[in-house]
Amino acid sequence: MSTEPQIAIDKVAHVYRPPRGRPVLALDDISLQVQPREFLALLGPSGCGKSTLLYLIGGFLPIEKGTISVNGEPVKAPGPDRGIVFQHFALFPWKTVRDNILYGLERQGMPPAERKQRAQHFIDLVGLSGFEDSYPSQLSGGMKQRTALARTLAFDPSILLMDEPFGALDAQTRHLMQTELLRIWQGSPKTVIFVTHDVQEAVYLADRVAVMTARPGRIKTVVDTRFDKNDPGIFKAKAFVDKVDELWNLVRDEAIKAERRAP
Amino acid sequence: MKMLYRYLPLVLLAVFWEMAARLELVSSSALPPLSDVIVSWIDLIKTGELTGNTGASLYRAAMGLLLAIVIGTVLGIGMAWSKPVNVLLSPIVEIFYPLPKSALIPVTVIWLGFGNGSKILLIFLGCMIPVTIGAFNGARSSEQTLVWSARSMGANRLRMLWDVVLPSALPELLNGIRTALALSFILLVSSELIVAREGLGYLIGFLGANGSYDAMYAVVLTVAFLGFAADRGYQMLMNRMLQWREQTP
Repeated sequence: MSTEPQIAIDKVAHVYRPPRGRPVLALDDISLQVQPREFLALLGPSGCGKSTLLYLIGGFLPIEKGTISVNGEPVKAPGPDRGIVFQHFALFPWKTVRDNILYGLERQGMPPAERKQRAQHFIDLVGLSGFEDSYPSQLSGGMKQRTALARTLAFDPSILLMDEPFGALDAQTRHLMQTELLRIWQGSPKTVIFVTHDVQEAVYLADRVAVMTARPGRIKTVVDTRFDKNDPGIFKAKAFVDKVDELWNLVRDEAIKAERRAP
Repeated sequence: MKMLYRYLPLVLLAVFWEMAARLELVSSSALPPLSDVIVSWIDLIKTGELTGNTGASLYRAAMGLLLAIVIGTVLGIGMAWSKPVNVLLSPIVEIFYPLPKSALIPVTVIWLGFGNGSKILLIFLGCMIPVTIGAFNGARSSEQTLVWSARSMGANRLRMLWDVVLPSALPELLNGIRTALALSFILLVSSELIVAREGLGYLIGFLGANGSYDAMYAVVLTVAFLGFAADRGYQMLMNRMLQWREQTP
């Protein structure tokens, strides 16, 4: 499998400068390659800079050291080739579910009839039929995240950046959404970078898991986690449980380090 | 029924007013009976004096307010989103904020004369401050992730200001405009009282100087009612525009 990587991160470092206080080295010497249609999880303790790395790939933060290229082009700004889903949904609260999903299509200049049809397709895909005219404030957390997912999928980015997308949901909803995401991803595979601090979630969803160190965030190791995701007994399968254990051991030391440093 | 109950204190006040004047608890020139005031009000409508002057006043208030809303919003959002604009404007806003705007009445008259221009300029200057501050505070609170979402969906910077920052600022901006609306009436009437040849403020001053107190009260009540109706109408509009907020499932 020696295809060109779709995302190539080369020796990236990032310094976080708070409005008050000293600059902090958030990321250091990150190099990583992601293949087309690969599902990669970024796993690490809180504060390790995994979200920052995602924002750099998204073009939301300036890349000061090192390079990130997407489809062979260096990242300079946000673009519709990289869709993002945030932990707290980031839906436009003044737009209904349908209008939220239509927004990206409008910005892409899609003709109105096609837009409407496409929006409806994605509303149905994520199971929001009947809630088209609801405002985000009327929806549960899970439904908000379904809307956000539909909004991002609708404008068809080749890369999906997901920033702890299920972190704000309760345990049952989170599990439902994980299964739902896998189903959608298997239906039309995109390149996914999925930030999480949940080991089981990372192993369940991803093809590979990149484990990050506590601050400054570095790539500690990358572990292969391909399983038969459609096996209903996967969570009890020995190979799966062992993999979760292996990764948990890798993350634990970093979590302890991060915990000790926390104020 | 509920409506009646709510405005009962006003009815009681009217009854008390009428009785106080009829029983001559106060001098009738200081407070003519409400019924006389209503009769004068009808006369003022018939002669066209009230409608003509109301029209003149509302035109001035509307123009001043409209300019204040458009320019105030642009300045407020500019201050929130551009450091140079902020550095340039914030000291000016800070100095201007506590200044009683009625102090500018003579200034605007020197600049633009006795007609509409000076009133519109005064209302514009006074009302712009709360609009600018509302837009600034609202725009500053727009969420980073919403801005990023719009950018990643292909919105350029200007588009993003219009599509994300402006709606995010709307709750605070609309509150600022409500303050400006009340202020516009104050500035309108006080400037017309001092220097004008038409308008409701002018009419109040003119009738008062001629000793037609019941007619003067009729105009004062008209101003009070217009202010109340404008605020009520505005609140309804505001609730419509913000209906996406804080709804329970």
